[in-house]
Amino acid sequence: MMRGASLVAALSIAGASIANSAERAADPVNDAAITEDGFPSRLSDYGFFTGGAALKPVAGVTPYRLNTPLWSDGATKLRFLYLPKGEEAKAQGDGLIDLPVGAALIKTFAFPENGKLRLIETRVLMHRADGWLALPYEWNDAQTDATLALAGARLPLTTPQGVSISYAIPNKNQCKECHELGGSVTPIGPKARNLSVAWLEAQHAAGRLDKVPAVAHRIPVWEDRDKVPVESAARGYLEINCAHCHNPRGAASNSGLDLRWEQGDPVKYGVGKAPTAAGRGSGNLLVDIAPGDPVHSILLYRMESVEGGIAMPELGKASIDPAGIAVVRRWIALMH
Amino acid sequence: MAMRMPEKMLALAVGALALAPAVHAKTIAVAAGPDAQKRLQEALIVAEPGDTVALGAGRFALTDGLSLDIKNVTVRGAGMEATVLDFSGQEGAGEGLLVSSSGVTLRDFAVENPHGDGVKSKDADDIVYYRVRVTWTGGPKETNGAYGIYPVESSNVLIDGCKVQGASDAGIYVGQSDHITVRNSISETNVAGIEIENSRDALVTGNFVTRNTGGILVFDLPNLLVMGGGNTLVENNLVVANDTPNFAPKGNIVGGVLRGTGVMVMANDGVLVRGNLMSDNPTAQVLVVSYPRAFDDKRYNPYPRHVVVGVNTYSRGGMDPQIEGKAQLLASFGGALPPVLWDGLGKPGGAVAAVKGTPALTLNLAAQGDGLDKAKPAQVSLPEPSTTVDPATVGAPAALEARIVS
Repeated sequence: MMRGASLVAALSIAGASIANSAERAADPVNDAAITEDGFPSRLSDYGFFTGGAALKPVAGVTPYRLNTPLWSDGATKLRFLYLPKGEEAKAQGDGLIDLPVGAALIKTFAFPENGKLRLIETRVLMHRADGWLALPYEWNDAQTDATLALAGARLPLTTPQGVSISYAIPNKNQCKECHELGGSVTPIGPKARNLSVAWLEAQHAAGRLDKVPAVAHRIPVWEDRDKVPVESAARGYLEINCAHCHNPRGAASNSGLDLRWEQGDPVKYGVGKAPTAAGRGSGNLLVDIAPGDPVHSILLYRMESVEGGIAMPELGKASIDPAGIAVVRRWIALMH
Repeated sequence: MAMRMPEKMLALAVGALALAPAVHAKTIAVAAGPDAQKRLQEALIVAEPGDTVALGAGRFALTDGLSLDIKNVTVRGAGMEATVLDFSGQEGAGEGLLVSSSGVTLRDFAVENPHGDGVKSKDADDIVYYRVRVTWTGGPKETNGAYGIYPVESSNVLIDGCKVQGASDAGIYVGQSDHITVRNSISETNVAGIEIENSRDALVTGNFVTRNTGGILVFDLPNLLVMGGGNTLVENNLVVANDTPNFAPKGNIVGGVLRGTGVMVMANDGVLVRGNLMSDNPTAQVLVVSYPRAFDDKRYNPYPRHVVVGVNTYSRGGMDPQIEGKAQLLASFGGALPPVLWDGLGKPGGAVAAVKGTPALTLNLAAQGDGLDKAKPAQVSLPEPSTTVDPATVGAPAALEARIVS
């Protein structure tokens, strides 16, 4: 449905939903907050967690990790999947797990501070009847709850690498920029090929996944990047860090650069490919990937930049990722 | 996910929506001043179809890119000199304003000094840019953003009364789109004034393009989702003194544009250039070429086809061409090259035609990909046109005009 409510109305709907949830102690997650129109104003409105910053998941909320994750200025990410009681996700080969209406993915970004993890923001990607909706929530200083940050926010912080940055919490539209595929918002991470067999088996055993999908080529676990073929590590990294925009149905489709894991045509994933709309992002270089020559590869040049108009990814990055750069550099250097 | 709604109901709902905006449309006013980023971005998020986000006069100091993702919204300022979205302090995002919804009207405001592109609209059909200005205030610099006004992958694009200055690629760039009008706009001190790329059915008319490296470019490039550009009319423009040295970062296709090019057509099928006043373009008033680089794309045709140079007014051109052997060439042509320059590639007789009495020079390149160092320039008699571009088939639909009446 078209969103008919104004922001004020939306907030009052959320308020009504909270009242509902209080009456249903048996199922602590407030399903209405996920499925009904409007934008809940606080993370606690959903009831995914207890214990404030401890993020203790309630029934139906399961932690997961990705083999290779999106790098976000070195943030620690705490990922959870919520499935409504009695609902089951469906495997779709090695691709995205099909999550039912009422499901939500909850990702919290945290940075170490004075020996503790400080929660910065939580992004909720929820499946409503009219599609997926992504909303950002900013944690308060007391670390008791997070509030809706529709227009995003910026705050200064120091990354685990010791870099002082202006960290950007994305606004609602920016959530969609990365999560849009062919005009609809969609999850990015939970593809079977980027999840562990153990996790998938556990979900299946718990009746939350219809079957354990067969995966021919699994994206390697990032911590194993130096033990696996470098191409596999690099392509896995590009898949999860770049391919949500750089695919034929994504936000960067007009670039013609396709960095999906399954793309087998070297020109399409950048080898010898001239840039299209790079502007000064080209760095005076001629091709996205120059085999054997990382220094002359636009792809690496843009990964190594933090300057607006040059830096890639455009969103969610204020400092460079040395480990990711090292893997991609090695892959290009060994290419011939 | 699809709506759980019977198709008939869906059709009714959509029909009602089309009629609804006039009744429920509201105006959300946003003034310049503290916290402009948050207030303006919030307005662009909570707006509903049919609404107008009205920007007050003054300078909006912005720290991040803005974005609009709601259909049929108008963003209207108090004038392209009065309302300025100032991105000098921008910390993130690839453009100043990004539009990703259809039916949007952008009008009467300016964007200054975005770190990347100025205003980008992607996959945003039926868009109108009216009296929008994008300026990099430090003049032409390689560190300026690439595109000023940047619609891409869209059908039905109307750009009218706009102004762009300083883009390190194209001032007004329309890419991978169809049914496009760019008119009555000023594009100056960019690398390319106006560029129509991998697009069809474009009308470029009534514009003033000056002091760019190249004035108006009509290009088709390989390895893109949308290719096969053509059926484009470039008519009644002032293409004057495009003489700024190329300042595009290398790697970009416009980095190869020769300083002093008036209108340049590359690898397109069906482009008519007529009724333009071209003056003081030192390399060539009209340049017709094939794609100059190596490529790996079987779907791509790198040659110009059915390019027609109609009656234009030429004055003072080709007097300082940026090609090798300039001195000898100028000497043999009496101090100025002919108005039409062709690389000599494409089907003989089918690449480029010109009305009778249009002097032309061929570079006689032997094969696609040859550099200008292999040119063997010679005067050439181009065939008279046997094809044309039907004006009824180009340009944005008339329905978009209604949005710029008031």
